[in-house]
Amino acid sequence: MAVDLTTVLAGVEFANPVFTASGCAAAGQELDTFTDVTTLGGVVTKSVMRLPRAGRPTPRMAETASGMLNSIGLQGPGIEAFLANDLPWLLERGARPVVSIAGSSVQEYTELAQALRDVDGVALIEVNISCPNVEDRGHVFACHPASAAAVVSAVRRNSRVPVFAKLSPDVTDIVGIAEAVLTAGANGLSLINTMLGLAIDPGSLRPVLGAVTGGLSGPAIKPVALRCVWQVHAAFPDVPIFGIGGVRTGTDALEFLLAGASAVQVGTALFGDPTALPRIMDELGTALDERGLTRPGEIVGRAHRSPLFVAPEGPDPLGDASLRAAG
Amino acid sequence: MVKPKHIRRAEVISYRRSGVYTVLTVSAPGIAEQVRPGNFVSFSVGGEESGLLLRRAFSVLRAEERGVYGATVDVLVAPTGCGTRWLARRRPGDMVDVAGPLGRPFRLPKSPANAVLVAGGYGVAPLIGLAVALRARGCRVDFAVGASNADRLFGVLDAKRNSTIARVLTEDGSLGERGRVTDVLPGLMERANSEVAYACGPMGMLAAVAELAAQRGMPSQVAVEESMACGFGVCMTCVLPVAGADGTTRMVRSCVEGPVFEGESVRFADVGTVPSDVYGAAGSPGDGEPEPYSGDA
Ligand SMILES: Cc1cc2nc3c(=O)[nH]c(=O)nc-3n(C[C@H](O)[C@H](O)[C@H](O)COP(=O)(O)O)c2cc1C
Ligand code: FES
Repeated sequence: MAVDLTTVLAGVEFANPVFTASGCAAAGQELDTFTDVTTLGGVVTKSVMRLPRAGRPTPRMAETASGMLNSIGLQGPGIEAFLANDLPWLLERGARPVVSIAGSSVQEYTELAQALRDVDGVALIEVNISCPNVEDRGHVFACHPASAAAVVSAVRRNSRVPVFAKLSPDVTDIVGIAEAVLTAGANGLSLINTMLGLAIDPGSLRPVLGAVTGGLSGPAIKPVALRCVWQVHAAFPDVPIFGIGGVRTGTDALEFLLAGASAVQVGTALFGDPTALPRIMDELGTALDERGLTRPGEIVGRAHRSPLFVAPEGPDPLGDASLRAAG
Repeated sequence: MVKPKHIRRAEVISYRRSGVYTVLTVSAPGIAEQVRPGNFVSFSVGGEESGLLLRRAFSVLRAEERGVYGATVDVLVAPTGCGTRWLARRRPGDMVDVAGPLGRPFRLPKSPANAVLVAGGYGVAPLIGLAVALRARGCRVDFAVGASNADRLFGVLDAKRNSTIARVLTEDGSLGERGRVTDVLPGLMERANSEVAYACGPMGMLAAVAELAAQRGMPSQVAVEESMACGFGVCMTCVLPVAGADGTTRMVRSCVEGPVFEGESVRFADVGTVPSDVYGAAGSPGDGEPEPYSGDA
């Protein structure tokens, strides 16, 4: 049976549900030397700000168990240069751009949305309100429902394409934040950004990162990301979700779909394997096929419901009733 | 136009120990043919089930286009952590995952010139191939090779074979002269009538070489080593402040715009900081810093 990976997110159709994650594929050009970016679901570009930005001091990276910390601090060219160079390249190349924007005030987000409103070809806008690498953690809009909502509604009002809000897992109640941004008009959610972490160098006796703290990513955060997707999908089953965090195989992608994501984004795995995305697409197709499925949509949120395969009539599937009783 | 890069499972052809280092020769068709001195390659480490996600980058020590084993590259592996130690334990027949060629190579002088090459520790790796390439162009090559001790000194024979004068130094005097390459460099430059300097090694050494070259009014090229997450330009971890031809300093990626830079362009004193006059820094012309957060706007 042929699997059709076509995926629709907030009314926009993509060839498949595997995207790059913001900040992990720049604007696609360098990745394209390894992987044909036109074959991807889409390219989520590095969060762009209104003005050019130098970012945080080095070292900006620390490898950790099954993950890494980064403190890039949103280094980038600013929206003008992005619109002059990066976006045209992606469009000419035939890729599907999802443009991620970041700001430090509602006004900045508004101006970014306005700058994007007049360009064609942007598939979605992702509003990064959750970058942990800002000097003042008070700026993390995604940690406060009201400020998160203010940003999203400003972007929504000024956009022609669907708007996804990217949330931080570093909150006590992610469902509450999700509710706030959905009420403010978000058409979908991207879950999750990195988690704030710290690494210490036993040699220098100091934090490894120049910025002291950084964002944790990679397989280390996958269970947290799955939990966030699960909770938000349970509360808002009709909202399209990008599952993000530690995806490196088709099975990881499958797990995110089962938890309630409609698509996934791949970040850190690209650093180790710049050809990871086509592989993940293939593996996901195979995983669906093996389960007798033809479309990814058939399993979105499936883990919340009755099992896909009903156990045949017969002995207790757990095999040992006494163990169950004891447990 | 960017040349296609390759990533492939590759067989380890041979290994050789030298002091604390291991030289690995791996099969690298598609990569070896394109490598120029100063380019690097990256390897996955730890095997398929590993929790080490990031690749390790190595300057190419030697690239063979058509050897007995076909196209191969040699890398000099210094045991700096568990990933590099894993790589150093690979044996002939083992498979590794290699990507390249990465980064920008050294630029060679247009016409024959007197080149002085300065190496610190495993920084000698890209300079040996460079010496060969320079000599093939009719350049005079002089070498200063140094390390903290004999165990960390590599490539002495190759340096001697490919140079007019070779000065060999260790900080503890365990091999060659006692001292640092930068101690003997002014004298060497004078004697050799050097016209261009090339260097690879620790940042402090590169800064000193760039400074000494500038004092003589001669150009220098330095290959830096910054920590890298991706090695191919997508993550922005590997940046350092570099002054452009337009006079503006930018935080530049050493994996794609480097690792080789003009010595004079690198703001060595500011490495590890974001200088206030850097493009996009707080208060600079392209100021992108946040305004104070005012609560629920
Ligand atoms: C080096 C690096 C830079 C990142 N930059 C951004 C960014 O600019 N905007 C953003 O929304 N997320 C950014 N992220 C977060 C990722 O998009 C993603 O949410 C996170 O890394 C988890 O996914 P992963 O485990 O697949 O990497 C960055 C992550 C890394 C590792
Ligand atoms: S190491 Fe990722 S951009 Fe240089």
